[in-house]
Amino acid sequence: MRYAMVIDTLKCVGCSDCVVACQTENDVPIGYCRDWITETVNGAYPNIELELKSERCNHCENAPCVRCCPTGASHIVEGGIVLVTGDECIGCGACIESCPYDARYQHPDGYVDKCTFCHHRLEKGQLPACVSVCPTKCMYFGDLDNPNSEVSRLLKNRKWKTLAPEAGTKPQVYYLI
Amino acid sequence: MQEELFTSGRHIPNIDPSLEIWHWPISLYLFLGGLAAGLLFFAGVVTILGKDKEYPTTVKYASMVPPVALSLGLLALVYDLTHPLYTWQLYTTIRLESPMSWGAWVLLITTPLSFMWVFSYYSELFPKWKLKFKFLNKFEKFLKKNRKNMAYALVPLSIILGVYTGILLSAFNARPLWNNAILGPLFLTSGLSTGAATIILLAKNTKEIHLFSKIDLALIIIELGLIVHMIMGMYAGSEVQLDAMNLLIGGEFTLMFFGFVVILGLIVPGILEALEIKGYKVPVAIPAILILIGGLIFRFVMVEAGQITRYLY
Repeated sequence: MRYAMVIDTLKCVGCSDCVVACQTENDVPIGYCRDWITETVNGAYPNIELELKSERCNHCENAPCVRCCPTGASHIVEGGIVLVTGDECIGCGACIESCPYDARYQHPDGYVDKCTFCHHRLEKGQLPACVSVCPTKCMYFGDLDNPNSEVSRLLKNRKWKTLAPEAGTKPQVYYLI
Repeated sequence: MQEELFTSGRHIPNIDPSLEIWHWPISLYLFLGGLAAGLLFFAGVVTILGKDKEYPTTVKYASMVPPVALSLGLLALVYDLTHPLYTWQLYTTIRLESPMSWGAWVLLITTPLSFMWVFSYYSELFPKWKLKFKFLNKFEKFLKKNRKNMAYALVPLSIILGVYTGILLSAFNARPLWNNAILGPLFLTSGLSTGAATIILLAKNTKEIHLFSKIDLALIIIELGLIVHMIMGMYAGSEVQLDAMNLLIGGEFTLMFFGFVVILGLIVPGILEALEIKGYKVPVAIPAILILIGGLIFRFVMVEAGQITRYLY
């Protein structure tokens, strides 16, 4: 099993619903966020291009945060989801330094926290909170090992990119372009 | 032209707008760890070569510094943790891929060893203060007998400790300034150099001062070479590495790096030490203190500048 998220940048309107859904679902402390929206403007007027992206932890296949964790608090569970065990985390910040996406933060309680692909919801057969609330249905979630899953078919048929692939992390959040 | 902004708002403490997860305690520790590594290395080598009577400062007086430096450094490290009550979790596992795990274990062995080393010289260092308990006297005698064995352990351990202070940073490929293999040897050389400077500062006999001036001069030349290599390697690198290098050359850290680290911390003390070796009368404390300050600022520059650098996407 290889969980992955596919986000259609052509359909995203940048409403931040996914951000609020995540904060509510996961009790994210005020002022913090596990996902966020970026707006990228390319070019100069009149040849201008706008891209909206909902970004989060990429649950990398080659996760530098897991590699550099001195206690093993950062680990990978079935489906390739990168998780942090709060009780094993000493808050050294090595994983935050190692993340090219700045997807991790130090929770006010001390341990390091981040997107979990809503692991607790997946166990119940539900979709991640952000995916389930998206009003434009621009986010897809599923198993890449299954060639017939929606995410596999989208990646087969559409042009896509990942963020900073040159960092060698093999990110698992894909953006349709 | 490309412009990117967060539309959902992102003001996470210590992360936005630029990373500041590691603060001054980390820089201070990297300096103290390197300094302790340098002193322990020289103490070990001099003892193994059987020259401990000729160079008393190296093996005896200067070796009072590492236990203090390592203890302060460890305190600084724990102070910068945000979940410090769980520090013991470091010692429930050995993670070969994590430099920090290596460092934690090496410190666990080296710190007590540095205390034991000083204790083996207790009655020579503090002849007026007699040990009250018999078992402490016995322990001191035992350590004295095993001094050479301790030296054999200290030499490799101090090298690992010195390299580790650099590898800790270079293991993060997300920070382009840190992510170059030369940081390990560079921090080791700098650590050895600050160690030699401390010995020069504390030594009383000219023979010892002369020897360590020579050693320090060699280390300074090596360190300058390694810095040139680092800059060359970055200039031949990708865009993110060029951006990283531009912080040091023509950026906000230029004065700190070239002014305080390269010129005042390496070149000026190097010239002064060369003059001293040639026989001119130079107050040796000046180059030694310059090297120590330069080494400290070098750690601060690398830790702070490195956290600004990142991948662009």
